[in-house]
Amino acid sequence: MSISGSGSALLDVQDVTMRFGGITAVKALTMKVPQGALYGLIGPNGAGKTTIFNVLTGVYQPTEGEVRFDGSRIDGKKAYQITELGVARTFQNIRLFADMTVLENVMTARHLRARQVLADAVVGTPRHQIEERAIQAYALELLKIFGLDKVANEDAIGLPYGSQRRLEIARALATDPKLLLLDEPAAGMNPQESRDLMHLVRWLRDELKLTILLVEHNMKVVMGICETIQVIDYGETIAIGPPAEIQRHPKVIEAYLGGG
Amino acid sequence: MRPRTKLIAIVVTMAVLLGLNQVVEYGFGEFQVNPYYARIINLVGINITLAVSLNLINGLAGQFSIGHAGFMAVGGYAATYLTVYHGQELAGLAGTTLATGLGASVAMAFSLLVGACAAAAAGLAVGIPSLRLKGDYLAIVTLGFSEIIRVVILNIPAVGGATGFTDAIPITNFFWIFAMAILAIVVVRNIASSTFGRALAAIRGDEIAAEAMGVRTTRYKVLAFVISAAFAGVAGGLSGQLFANPLNPQNLNFVKSIEVIVMIVLGGIGSTTGAVFGATALTILPEALRPVDRQFPGLRMVIYALVLILLMIFRPQGVFGRRELGWQWLRVRRSR
Repeated sequence: MSISGSGSALLDVQDVTMRFGGITAVKALTMKVPQGALYGLIGPNGAGKTTIFNVLTGVYQPTEGEVRFDGSRIDGKKAYQITELGVARTFQNIRLFADMTVLENVMTARHLRARQVLADAVVGTPRHQIEERAIQAYALELLKIFGLDKVANEDAIGLPYGSQRRLEIARALATDPKLLLLDEPAAGMNPQESRDLMHLVRWLRDELKLTILLVEHNMKVVMGICETIQVIDYGETIAIGPPAEIQRHPKVIEAYLGGG
Repeated sequence: MRPRTKLIAIVVTMAVLLGLNQVVEYGFGEFQVNPYYARIINLVGINITLAVSLNLINGLAGQFSIGHAGFMAVGGYAATYLTVYHGQELAGLAGTTLATGLGASVAMAFSLLVGACAAAAAGLAVGIPSLRLKGDYLAIVTLGFSEIIRVVILNIPAVGGATGFTDAIPITNFFWIFAMAILAIVVVRNIASSTFGRALAAIRGDEIAAEAMGVRTTRYKVLAFVISAAFAGVAGGLSGQLFANPLNPQNLNFVKSIEVIVMIVLGGIGSTTGAVFGATALTILPEALRPVDRQFPGLRMVIYALVLILLMIFRPQGVFGRRELGWQWLRVRRSR
């Protein structure tokens, strides 16, 4: 791993501003997510959290500022290039591939790491068939971790909501990320499902050595698993610190409950 | 399939096609295939190539192109031009003339290759700028392109201009038509069941998610577009050199593109089996209804339209939906 000039942060966001016409969605945001961290990003509705995710993953190009991942600049890069470098994400409004099975969804995300040549595929050479079986085996293995192997051949959008969220994480993992961005993974989950999710996220960090950046509204989840939390409001950072500190922070309380 | 099995399959297919070619084109002993039926069979084959290839971009990748007739024109004219002006030389390479079966086959192989390359090049030129567009915009650009091609051809005297390319030498036969149809089916199905097919399906499903999962969306759209165009070019080359079926700019307008789209929509968009079915049904149906026309002139097209309307009401996903008929007949398999 190469170390950038500004410490050993895996993800280093420096003064990023994102403007849409006259609206400034993100204002001079600075964020450092260290290797192996479980980092939470919270803020009231419309604070700019999803915009930040979209900047980090190449959906938007920031108006100002720099984003470095693992030492290299990623702002302005295409989404697939950023994914190739090792950033994977899930979506707030689930974006599974419709009319694909659960298994196919994960296999599709393996595309990036698949060693298939178009000519081999067209002719259907043995090499292609071996690789195809390898992709399938890998995807099944991943589904097993998420307890989705039993529904591998069912339509992805037919799954219950919580399972769809888990499938999105499984799909993101198939791209072999170093950094996983989870956009409201607990949204729409019942308490039991959120508890399972917390275990899963922690497990991903501990066992798969992933660095995880999480946007979440469910405070139980955020406070329960994140080690560092950054709070933003109207595109600006208002607090950074461990959960206990954040909960007592006057500005955070004001942002969530409204000032007097 | 193991390579050996595959080789055997190829050899057997070729032998069967050559045998059928003999029967359809020249008859078998006393038995002669009615030339009218033979012609319909050949047109079915050409339309299968067109529909299956269009399905790659419209069905699998979900990009709505209505420029297939344009690529058919580019490939068809390029292929026919080659045989008309250099056909004897090509046959000469095999030490014979265009009048012999061998000579015609050599010329055919070269002309189809040139047609495919020309159409693929056109596909690349149109695809790179326009596949960044979505939905209706792409449809309009491809439509515009095919109309431009048509008007350009209309003004080239060397290829017959408005009268059509009537100098074409009729070297297309049953064998070439169905060999190319089978090639198109195999290529498209193999792509569909590979990681590239899944990438295309991902683009169709959700472009933002596809890009986030590492799929280079524009690149794959262009790739699918180019392959699709190449096969349209092959179909053009076959069609233009079929006996008494010269290429004519008037027949290669957007109505022809729509015709092919109707075929894949009828069969079930995204399904190769559906494309084959749609091409076959929509080539035969208007002909089968001809007797009706003799008694009630004009009714034929009314019935044709009615069949399509009823189908869209009662089965909007097409006859096959997204399903494919696998090697094991009647074992209907789910596909991407």
